[in-house]
Amino acid sequence: MIPFSLQKASSVGDAIAAARAGARYIAGGTTLVDLMREEVEQPDRLVDINALPLKRLQADGDDLVIGALVTMSACAAHPDVKRLQPVISEALLEGASPQLRNLATMGGNLLQRTRCPYFRMLDAGCNKRTPDSGCSAMDGYNGNHAVLGTSSHCLATHASDVAVALVALDATMQVLGPNGERTFPVEDLFRLPGTTPHLEHTLQPGELITAIRVPGGRYAPRARYLKVRDRSSYEFAVVSAAALLDLENGVIREARIACGGVGTKPWRMRACEQALAGRPADRSSFELAARLSLAGAQARSGNKFKMELMPATIVRALELARDVP
Amino acid sequence: MAKHHVTTTVNGDPVEYLCESEQTLLDCLRDELDLVGAKEGCSSGDCGACSVLLDGRLVCSCLVLGVEAEGRSVETIEGMAQGDELHPLQRKFLEHAALQCGICTPGILVAAKALLAKNPDPTETQVRYWLAGNLCRCTGYDKIVRAVMDAAAEMRGA
Ligand SMILES: Cc1cc2nc3c(=O)[nH]c(=O)nc-3n(C[C@H](O)[C@H](O)[C@H](O)COP(=O)(O)OP(=O)(O)OC[C@H]3O[C@@H](n4cnc5c(N)ncnc54)[C@H](O)[C@@H]3O)c2cc1C
Ligand code: SF4
Ligand code: FES
Ligand code: FES
Repeated sequence: MIPFSLQKASSVGDAIAAARAGARYIAGGTTLVDLMREEVEQPDRLVDINALPLKRLQADGDDLVIGALVTMSACAAHPDVKRLQPVISEALLEGASPQLRNLATMGGNLLQRTRCPYFRMLDAGCNKRTPDSGCSAMDGYNGNHAVLGTSSHCLATHASDVAVALVALDATMQVLGPNGERTFPVEDLFRLPGTTPHLEHTLQPGELITAIRVPGGRYAPRARYLKVRDRSSYEFAVVSAAALLDLENGVIREARIACGGVGTKPWRMRACEQALAGRPADRSSFELAARLSLAGAQARSGNKFKMELMPATIVRALELARDVP
Repeated sequence: MAKHHVTTTVNGDPVEYLCESEQTLLDCLRDELDLVGAKEGCSSGDCGACSVLLDGRLVCSCLVLGVEAEGRSVETIEGMAQGDELHPLQRKFLEHAALQCGICTPGILVAAKALLAKNPDPTETQVRYWLAGNLCRCTGYDKIVRAVMDAAAEMRGA
């Protein structure tokens, strides 16, 4: 690791002032320490935010307010999360390992970096890590890369599981920065790669995520997260889907779907959702709708299988959601 | 850069050490405190060989900065046996031959102890999922899982 200076923030104001002066936030460290050791990330100043009072998780009516420093394991196990939005627990427990979930925070999870292997290989071209150095995945290994939202500069996926569930749930995030507080949809945190894949999110310099708010709704408990991966636990998604259904007498009033492993950001499937409204909750409606996920999708040599696996995963996730007892 | 002075508790004993910002808790345990039970397998959170308890919670010490231990309580494999008396998990690992090279063993024992503390009667599936973050290249896991189940039964007095 390249030496750096480290300061502990004792208040939110402290933390933001340090970040404004160029320091990077460190929470659980499970993304940042790892990438610093690989020298993919080389911050010269860190500000440790673990002592800040952002660890509260509470229900506000049917809404959930999740502090940015709540760990993945604490969030997954929280009785209000299990009661109001069990799909969040499901998505969290499908990710990482107990050791990691005990460290990793909800805020850090959203800002985790891609698992594209070239991103970590300092001698390989990677526009995301080193702007204008090329994209080694384009004609190299791209077996687990995105088919939606890609550009000629980058096709890496965003690897978070819980972000997929949060995007499907229309969750919003609260951030605080040098210019005050903002609230915006979690979906708008992520940028498409375009010609600048190194710019991954829409936070302004110094902005600190303080909380995630999940609106209560008609979906729980008919909401499931299905993660398809190369082994049954402790592996990133090949394709995943969060599916939420609001049913009345077997007919779909409204559906929400988001996918992971297929997009350069957690990908909301609005065309599929619209196609499902008013249809019976059966396999043929699901299959018709799931096909619409392919609009605009483009595969490279190694990830063509996702063009089949993505709609199949959506269909299966919808069935799981429908069949929640 | 200036070293950080860290005061913490390791296996119940108060300890102090000096460390650089870039030293991880694993580095501090091994290089500053000579506690070499926790192993460095990958240093990227993948293998679990570095597992320790931090304030009672299982973590990968390779991803925790050494300074983060300030004022906390750390438990490592060195604190597991009581003097010469092995912990039931350790005994069962020997009885079931649940180790070969042994690199993964300290991490797995610490992880298994954390599991049994919160779930004294786990199913085999629960044991396997809990230990998913602890990789073993030698045993094929079967003997490990059986040793943990057997230790759990003994500790329950079954
Ligand atoms: C082996 C391994 C397997 C994994 N498997 C999965 C998986 O299957 N599914 C999955 O979803 N994830 C997985 N992860 C990723 C893991 O969930 C993330 O590393 C973790 O959630 C990041 O949170 P953190 O608190 O450790 O972030 P840190 O590493 O502390 O920070 C990450 C980034 O977020 C910034 N940051 C942190 N908090 C804030 C804040 N409040 N405001 C503004 N910026 C902030 C930091 O500056 C940094 O840039 C895995 C990780 C590893 C190492
Ligand atoms: S896909 Fe993106 S992250 Fe991967 S090598 Fe190309 S530019 Fe880098
Ligand atoms: S050395 Fe920490 S997880 Fe492998
Ligand atoms: S005994 Fe060798 S890695 Fe597990």
